[in-house]
Amino acid sequence: MAWRLKLVPDETKIDFFRLQTYTFGLSGILVVASLICLFVMGLNFGIDFRGGTTIRTEATQPVDVGAYRDAIAPLNLGDVAISEVFDPTFGPEEHVAQIRIQAQEGSESVSPETITRVEAALQQVDPTLTFPSVESVGPKVSGELIQTAINAVLASLLAISAYIWLRFEWQFAVGAFVSLIHDVVITLGVFSLFQIKFDLTIIAALLTILGYSINDTVVVFDRLRENLIKFKSMALRDVMNLSVNETLSRTVMTSGTTLVALIALLVLGGDVIRGFVFAITFGIIIGTYSSIYVAKNIVLWLGVKRDWSKPDPEKLPDQFRESP
Amino acid sequence: MLDIPLWKRVLILGVVAIGLIWALPNFFYGRVEAHNDAVAASEAAGFVSDEQQAAIDAWPNWMPNGLVNLGLDLRGGAHLLAEVNVAEVYKSRMDALWPELRRVLAEQRDTIGAVRRVPGPEDELHVEIENADQMAAAVAAARTLATPVVSLSGAGQNDIEISASGNQLQINLSDAEKTATDDRTVQQSLEIVRRRVDEVGTREPTIQRQGADRILIQVPGIGSAAELKELIGTTAKLTFNPVISRTTDANAAPGVGNALLPSIDEEGVFYIVEDSPVVTGEELTNAQPGFDQNSQPAVNFNFNPSGARKFGAYTAANIGQPFAIVLDDEVISAPVIRDAITTGAGQISGSMDVASSTQLAVLLRAGALPAELTFLEERTIGPELGQDSIDAGKVASAVGFVAVIVLMIASYRLFGVFAAIALTLNIGLIFGILSLIGATLTLPGIAGIVLTIGMAVDANVLVFERIREELKRAKGPARAIEQGYRHAMSAIVDANVTTLIIAAILFMMGSGPVKGFAVTLAIGIVTSVFTALWVTRLMMVIWFDRARPKTIEV
Repeated sequence: MAWRLKLVPDETKIDFFRLQTYTFGLSGILVVASLICLFVMGLNFGIDFRGGTTIRTEATQPVDVGAYRDAIAPLNLGDVAISEVFDPTFGPEEHVAQIRIQAQEGSESVSPETITRVEAALQQVDPTLTFPSVESVGPKVSGELIQTAINAVLASLLAISAYIWLRFEWQFAVGAFVSLIHDVVITLGVFSLFQIKFDLTIIAALLTILGYSINDTVVVFDRLRENLIKFKSMALRDVMNLSVNETLSRTVMTSGTTLVALIALLVLGGDVIRGFVFAITFGIIIGTYSSIYVAKNIVLWLGVKRDWSKPDPEKLPDQFRESP
Repeated sequence: MLDIPLWKRVLILGVVAIGLIWALPNFFYGRVEAHNDAVAASEAAGFVSDEQQAAIDAWPNWMPNGLVNLGLDLRGGAHLLAEVNVAEVYKSRMDALWPELRRVLAEQRDTIGAVRRVPGPEDELHVEIENADQMAAAVAAARTLATPVVSLSGAGQNDIEISASGNQLQINLSDAEKTATDDRTVQQSLEIVRRRVDEVGTREPTIQRQGADRILIQVPGIGSAAELKELIGTTAKLTFNPVISRTTDANAAPGVGNALLPSIDEEGVFYIVEDSPVVTGEELTNAQPGFDQNSQPAVNFNFNPSGARKFGAYTAANIGQPFAIVLDDEVISAPVIRDAITTGAGQISGSMDVASSTQLAVLLRAGALPAELTFLEERTIGPELGQDSIDAGKVASAVGFVAVIVLMIASYRLFGVFAAIALTLNIGLIFGILSLIGATLTLPGIAGIVLTIGMAVDANVLVFERIREELKRAKGPARAIEQGYRHAMSAIVDANVTTLIIAAILFMMGSGPVKGFAVTLAIGIVTSVFTALWVTRLMMVIWFDRARPKTIEV
């Protein structure tokens, strides 16, 4: 027989609930730690969410953050953050820095004169500097963007749960909902911990994570629903184990292909979208984990009506009840 | 069992073929773009130059020429989000109402006595009358100025609301009129911004209304947002106002209903003019650069009939009086009226050079912005940064694509090859649909495509894993394939519908690049379900018919 890649053996009989206490504990700890991290350190909001201006500089000479700072200081622009950007895709003569200027008092966007002054001051330091991108967002828009972002995430959570509720049972919807929140909170926690720039595209990434995570969860749920009908007398816990084992090779394969594609983008895609790709990559890992270890555990915990083919006798009108 | 009717086969292959043909121009991006530009330019000019002909010939006319629009983050350009200060218009409406109100009240002078305008909020008109006990007559007179609101929601309401307290008569715009005015103001601003941007002739600018009072302007290929702002932000509000006096005192009190405006060419000279203009630039029909009688650069203009009438009546009644030509709150010149100008033609002269007279003529022709714009958001992306992103995206997509294919073929052998072909077609279809609907590809959009490359095989993986399972139950290969597809269906549908929900929400709530990501994600879901379910199935059926394998291995 010819060689063939097998990521998962044909037959697996893993008891996914054996380590339930640990996985639940781990999830709980991660969620709590993320919340603490978010509360203490907060998110490193980009200008999309807090207003201000970012200027990207590119030079053939190495970046001297101190000199840049000294050049901009006399302009009295308030809080100015300067950071050098490193990226494997840069050439040897490519030195990039990111300058962030806080939103200016009393004006929506930064005036062109201010930008010209900043650019002129920086060119005093390094005449080879160019400014490939300048972005400025006013406080009014940034406030609205935060609101829209929160609405988008909430709307997605509710819409997905509603769909699951319609297609499955309410226990499944709750399981999906909890696991989605789990994924979002932990991803936010990682963004907070590493202080990765959090901007509008990260919201898109978060929503994509929701999409992927639910995708994974739905495949497991779908098999579970099928097996619940097929094995009427098997314990719920065993049916769940069977379902996850049966779909395991698919889960690993799809996560594998997606991760391979994303890692290519993460390494080679350039620094402009790195934060975005990182969020999705991390989210896919956590999403795969949560569909195996979080979503269905919630369903097990809530219990589920077993016989799908017949109506629930409890809910039948009186005349159809068997006489005692 | 494993049979696909001929019409279905033709349909599947037809969809694939059409999609790929639509996608094709994107592989010759530069050539097709040059072709499209040359066609547009020669149509506009009415003749074809040799260079244009060469560009046109470089891409056959009978081929589709739709391209995926590259977003600003990939192509470079400027992005502005402007807010129209709609409330400003209320003030000018009130100012314009004052002379009319004075006229109708003057007719009642015998009963109500003298009237004068007193200071009040900007969007209200406050008038004091001498005989407070005759207020009813004043209100009745003022009411004759009200007209019904012309709008869908405001039907039945008047444009102004009149109230009285003590000896004061107050007039303000009704809510319905304010709404209608806001809408008109934004529409008008949008149109003027569009004309000003078009005047420079850049390619495919996006000028859209956003929400109640915002305008989104995206111009690819322009150097910076500041440049764009300069182009559209110049108000060019032209008015002709009666002059009350001339002064050199910068702090002179102009009095109610008047304004103190600086002279543009005489340093330290100010004019006190009446706030309410006789005619405004909105009544201009034409403006072009020319020269005055002293051979100095000037701008010639014409009024529309109603403007010409007002201008003629005023000049006839005020011969010998100075008359201010005001541009953006600066007096360009204040000539003394020598004759009545009834033809509706006039001239603006002052200290200008040829360039500034040309510029002024353009601005006047394009009309005045009815209200000031506040810029809420501005972004400039350099073309090199965009090119870097495209290059990086291309390399990353190619590497990701090859890796996925290797993984699929290694895992599923022949079926993996089918999936790989389907994936290739899938990407072609995505580009085909993006070109067809003229969607914009942004940097997150590229990420969306790469994500699709990874996730697109999911439907195939689900099917293949199912076929494996069915084979284990010792079913014949044909039945296993059939059952595999059937059983995988509900999981595929549920999984993709939920992702589509996400894409829809992203599209509705997102802006700019995020919207672009939502579009590619949604298109990717639809095409990947199509290729994974029908295209691979067709390939499998054709192979099965030819090979008739006794056993299959997945």
